[in-house]
Amino acid sequence: MNAHLRPPRRLSATHVTLAHGGGGKAMRDLVEDVFVAAFANPGMGEMEDQARLTNAALTVPGARLAFTTDAFVVDPIEFPGGDIGKIAVCGTVNDLVVGGAAPLWLSAAFIIEEGVDVALLRRIAASMRAAADEAGVAIVTGDTKVVGRGSADKIFIATSGIGVIAPDRDLRASAVQPGDVAIVNGALGDHGAAIMIARGDMNLSTEIVSDCRPLGTLMEATLAAAPGLRAARDATRGGVASALNEIAAASGVGIEIHEAVLPLRAEARGVCEILGLDPLYLANEGTLVAFVPECEAAAAVAAMRATDAGRSAVAIGNAVVAHPGVVVMNTMLGGRRIVDMLVGDQLPRIC
Amino acid sequence: MCLGIPGRIVAIADETRKLALIEISGVTREVNVACVAPQDEPLAKLVGSWALIHVGFAMSLIDEEEAAKTLALLIELGEAQAEIEAMRASAGEVVAP
Amino acid sequence: MKYVDEFRDPFAARGVLAAIARTVDAIGAIKEKPIHIMEICGGHTHAIFRYGLDKLTPPGLEFIHGPGCPVCVLPMPRVDEAVEIAERNGVIFTTFGDAMRVPGTKKSLLQAKADGADIRMVYSPLDALDLARRNPNRDIVFFGLGFETTTPSTALSIQQAAAERLTNFSVFCNHITVPPPIKALLDDPFMILDGFVGPGHVSMVIGTHPYDFIARDYGKPIVVAGFEPLVLLQSVLMVLTQISEGRAEVENQYARIVPEHGNPISIAACNDVYEPRDSFEWRGLGEIDKSGLKIREKYAAFDAERKFGIGYAIASRALAEPDGCRCGDVMTGRIKPRACPKFGRDCTPEAPLGALMVSSEGACAAYYQYGGAQLEDVA
Repeated sequence: MNAHLRPPRRLSATHVTLAHGGGGKAMRDLVEDVFVAAFANPGMGEMEDQARLTNAALTVPGARLAFTTDAFVVDPIEFPGGDIGKIAVCGTVNDLVVGGAAPLWLSAAFIIEEGVDVALLRRIAASMRAAADEAGVAIVTGDTKVVGRGSADKIFIATSGIGVIAPDRDLRASAVQPGDVAIVNGALGDHGAAIMIARGDMNLSTEIVSDCRPLGTLMEATLAAAPGLRAARDATRGGVASALNEIAAASGVGIEIHEAVLPLRAEARGVCEILGLDPLYLANEGTLVAFVPECEAAAAVAAMRATDAGRSAVAIGNAVVAHPGVVVMNTMLGGRRIVDMLVGDQLPRIC
Repeated sequence: MCLGIPGRIVAIADETRKLALIEISGVTREVNVACVAPQDEPLAKLVGSWALIHVGFAMSLIDEEEAAKTLALLIELGEAQAEIEAMRASAGEVVAP
Repeated sequence: MKYVDEFRDPFAARGVLAAIARTVDAIGAIKEKPIHIMEICGGHTHAIFRYGLDKLTPPGLEFIHGPGCPVCVLPMPRVDEAVEIAERNGVIFTTFGDAMRVPGTKKSLLQAKADGADIRMVYSPLDALDLARRNPNRDIVFFGLGFETTTPSTALSIQQAAAERLTNFSVFCNHITVPPPIKALLDDPFMILDGFVGPGHVSMVIGTHPYDFIARDYGKPIVVAGFEPLVLLQSVLMVLTQISEGRAEVENQYARIVPEHGNPISIAACNDVYEPRDSFEWRGLGEIDKSGLKIREKYAAFDAERKFGIGYAIASRALAEPDGCRCGDVMTGRIKPRACPKFGRDCTPEAPLGALMVSSEGACAAYYQYGGAQLEDVA
């Protein structure tokens, strides 16, 4: 009997047990009812151990396969603006699109702690499907493991992503040159601030929401308007500061940014001021920094602002000849200071 | 131990434990207002005041008059400097051939 | 943000900076023979570097970074004791974030946490109290550190715990006070100090009179300052003005928040809960008389030292600083961080050797992070 014709398996358990990772019927029911049901696409065909995929763009001479992987362990699992599933999809998609790739397919591996609520898994799977649809990708293969209580923090997700880079594209950090303009697509630090609030240790309340979103549409619009775009980086852990330092190191340029123009939501600023944090180091999940040739900067910003993910896009600085490899910020008072890579984790100050 | 930030007291949360809700740039938190509580008057008198917040405690009420005075002084210095720079610039124009 | 943004206005900044330059000129100070102004508080050190103020002020003005960083001056044996308490069964050890990275002789609290101790970061001692209420079967210990800005909040929390008759809450008290180390520095014959920028938030608790001795007995001006860059610069201007006019007074630039006589409720709570220790060790400075606070007998039930049998036994202390560490010299302004042979090599924020690299307020850490040294090369 064809697999796609028999009635779908139903998972009756309310909580995950070790049996659900055992490779037997319980696991089959979990995988089919929770994950396959959420991710399946008609025309995907039978379920094999591997996804079998074709895409015309890959066969174009000079096209390159883009391949990336990432693991997600965020705490708390669900937070304002998203959940671990949404970041798992967007994070991997964004790692592809910042390289100028058209994202195609994702894999998703789940490590689930014994005792987790199945309803939570369903929410996460639904969230991943929604994010995948928005990003224009399909989750085509995956894996599930269950570990004993205490061996994982509720759920960890690892996603890998495949995309295709058209022959005429060659984005690379090392291509950034003095004079190039640095542009960010939106407010900095919303995700990091939202997570800090959601964790609850600081007992702060605010309306701030993670900026988690896929950036494919934004990148395509920007590349269309500014085909000379040199490189883009997803400003995730370590914030915009880390992304800028990586680019400076890879290209050997210096970078100058201006504190007065950095886009910051009032609430994110409030959190930073109260806890003594620097927004440049807060994580983002839907914010990138792109370097474009000076003549294309205005067009790039305009193109970003015409997309949902780029409404607050702004140029924040540029690459320079001076101080190669070092990122310097002109403070709003007219002084200057270095923006170094983060050391360890940013801890709230009391002083 | 100096990180303190001005916050506005927006509501009283617990009269006995002297807790109030403060707001800073859209972020709210419960803080202890014992240090700024008015003597022999209900805590509600504090609502609307600004205080310096440090590790969850309102430590001192902000004197709006003094704040305005300080600011005025600074702006004066800024304006005086702008005038000086303007004079220099215009003097330069006159002198240059 | 009200009361913050106005005091970061670049337009006004130019005005103050120009006035500072004129006054430094009038005094006749130059790079080779500068005016030395000490900013006592770590928060001020941080602000100076964060806004690049040391680059904006003339070379005839030199900032000497004072010892006002309570995290930096925490002695390693005290961190060991904190770790010891944290590793006891059933303890939830709560602490401010920046204290977690301070290395003890074996490990820091962050490392102890990685090793399995239940150590939690809190923003306020109130949150530690809350944990105690919600976890009656656990022993909640709060790492009380900080200067007078923070001593009242710990004291009020202890009073609250006593009022609620909590039996599972205690404080590991490492609070210290500002005036004693200032006196120690002023008594040091090798110190060249022309004036002080005083700690704004410490003063909102203790008022301005505790600094009278600086002007009266040592003839140095001190201006109590706020933390926004503009008011910090204005305070510097006020110190310079006093110097140029031959005055030595205590002035209050932060009057909008600092009352002349401090905060009576805070002071009363502190007097109720604490008494001074005969002496306390400051990392980089040694033992200073009457500079530390301990919890009174009255509140013994909330004193973690008594509860866990951890004593401040001076006899076993005498811990030498790591070889080549020059924190003491940097803290007293004899050398700049960059002149320390370990700076940036063996001593970095990732692997701090000495006190001043440990917390982001420490002069060396601030220098390193904001590039005081590197900027000289790149500016």
